[in-house]
Amino acid sequence: MSEGLEAEIKTNPQGDPITSAPEAPKADSAKGRKDPHGAAKSQVEVSPEFMFFEAPREREFITGSECAKEAVRRSNVDMSVAYPITPQSETLQLIGVLYGEGYVKEFYRGEEEYGVMSAIAGASRAGVRAFTATAGPGTLRGLEPIVSWAGHRLPAVCMFTCRVVNAPLAIQPDNIEIAYLLHSGMLVFHAENQQDLFDFIMKAFIISEKNDVTLPVGVCCDGFFVTHARGYCAMPDKKFKLPARDPYRGSVPVLDAENPPARLSRDAPVQKSNFMAYNIHAVWQQEVWAGVERSRKYIEQYMDGLLEAQDVDGADVLLVASGSAAAQSREAVRQCQERGIKAGLIKIRSLRPFPTNELRKLCGKAKLIVIPEFNYTGWLAKDVATAIYGFSNAKIVAGPHVYGGMSMPVEMITDEIECGLTGKKSNTVPPSAIMGVADPAAVAEFMKSI
Amino acid sequence: MELTKELEDAIVAPGPQGFHPPSAAELGVLTPDKGHGLKFGHVVAEELAMEAMARTMLTRKNATIFPGPLVLWNWNEHAADKARAVLELAAQLPEVLVIPMPDYRPKYPKVEPEEVINPNHPNLTIWGNKIEACIFIGVHCHYANLTLKMIRAGTNCWTSAICAEQGHEDAMFTVRDSDAAKIRRVVAVFKRVREEMGIKLPENGENVRFTGLQSRVHDGITHTNPLNFGPSVDPESGNAAAFGHKAENMKSEG
Repeated sequence: MSEGLEAEIKTNPQGDPITSAPEAPKADSAKGRKDPHGAAKSQVEVSPEFMFFEAPREREFITGSECAKEAVRRSNVDMSVAYPITPQSETLQLIGVLYGEGYVKEFYRGEEEYGVMSAIAGASRAGVRAFTATAGPGTLRGLEPIVSWAGHRLPAVCMFTCRVVNAPLAIQPDNIEIAYLLHSGMLVFHAENQQDLFDFIMKAFIISEKNDVTLPVGVCCDGFFVTHARGYCAMPDKKFKLPARDPYRGSVPVLDAENPPARLSRDAPVQKSNFMAYNIHAVWQQEVWAGVERSRKYIEQYMDGLLEAQDVDGADVLLVASGSAAAQSREAVRQCQERGIKAGLIKIRSLRPFPTNELRKLCGKAKLIVIPEFNYTGWLAKDVATAIYGFSNAKIVAGPHVYGGMSMPVEMITDEIECGLTGKKSNTVPPSAIMGVADPAAVAEFMKSI
Repeated sequence: MELTKELEDAIVAPGPQGFHPPSAAELGVLTPDKGHGLKFGHVVAEELAMEAMARTMLTRKNATIFPGPLVLWNWNEHAADKARAVLELAAQLPEVLVIPMPDYRPKYPKVEPEEVINPNHPNLTIWGNKIEACIFIGVHCHYANLTLKMIRAGTNCWTSAICAEQGHEDAMFTVRDSDAAKIRRVVAVFKRVREEMGIKLPENGENVRFTGLQSRVHDGITHTNPLNFGPSVDPESGNAAAFGHKAENMKSEG
């Protein structure tokens, strides 16, 4: 690399300086050249516990894409495969920068998402730690191989920067694609902000590679709101990295054509349907979902639980939300509390596994549950209602919903709370999206207290 | 009486459980923490799980050890040592059968149940040999879990799993973190339980019963001494250790 190139300031596609990019190392005066992989080579492996809980952290004001880059830098990733799609493109472009710096050992651009997801499958089956990212239509194009990851018991991490799915064509925020991932057998986490994205990606690698899990993880965030906006992210020093993947501790043999018995790693032709009886496929599916269940204890251990509860004790109104909707809901809770309404927030971090028992405990005494979402179909509301059926008498409002690139004004949420409590007709949520009926006498008594 | 009560309380009860029973995980049973095992789906001290395995293997018909690839192939010195420990375990069980699961490839057009067991249709080997108790050891966890689910659904076989990792909730009895040292602890428990039950081993040490097929390939003899079999660790013989597999890859404890 020439001296001139070394002095060049790195910028993102919008021309902004990349604040998290490392300073260009000084040239070795003796040799006149520097090792572009020098900083990566000097990284020290630390335990996940040290990385997540003990290492000192410093805050930076960076975009979600830069957070993903910094997470991958510290995650000892062996391989990443890229294919651009808005709003994900910048993320994998930055992973390409990491490849140039030696933090990622192998990296290339695939021909499209089906090929990318298939390559990630091959990499993971061969025993390396793999990362990729996609969005919206890219998610759906890659869905067939993505859905096969779990059945192949492939630990890998894919970041989904959710956006509208065609048609009509749009690139705006909308998280409908999560609905398709919820039944894929992978673990699904939903990041609210830049900090979540950084933490969830790193922790996803460790959880996915646990022997009794051995499953892929989808780390989702709402495109643009998180990927392109800047937020504060506290990060450990980049001299640390997670331990490498130990593929020989996985629940299936790795594809190892060099070590005998090589035959073993080619066994079980899980794609040869003529070899598979119904019974084996049925228990195979049970086993994938058992792996999802087994991940709960690791999510508890590393992510402080499948959900986060704020001001829930004694709350009459609960907002249940994930992703960016949790941020809007947090402000709605604050405004409600200022008006004397006992409101609390349940932010769901893990959509798969789903925090069923936690919700049953937390929602038992609520009078009203409002579930704001950034999609039309309300996949979260369906899961919440199913989980707490019979465990709560609350009225459940499946909304408000915004989609197609809309933002969600906080007033949309507070209006629904008011409508839910008073029985006033909602301007945004249809009657068909309201489940359960609160006791009118209890509501009247509640209204006197405000 | 005690066993009757335990069976009434069993979450992961012996089969046949029916056409398509829920998995143990669906029943709320998950793998035990370190130092613990599972007995019928309940977390118990691992010594109790070992004792339950021993009593089952010593009393039910056609008890069988199913060794898997992690102890059948000569991956490294630790795998060879584990294999020796498995043979020591077999040496504690009169009339025990040993049928391998050497790989995970479906055996079509027809499995030979006296030769192998396979995770894609393990019920055929169980039925074919009328096996009512078994131990899986050295099987990769995913394939062990498939096998255990299918056996519980369709057979009356009581299953045990001695696992090098976190254990198996779909087995009736399981212990975890089983490296060679832990397997030898299991051997000691089996010996104690056998002696408490007054069950003697044959004086010539030939306590392992060959299947019909195994007998035919061993010139018609019906029994053998398991300790006469043993893996060799010869780095020159092309074993996996010569290609970089280290014992640390498989070792879980001390």
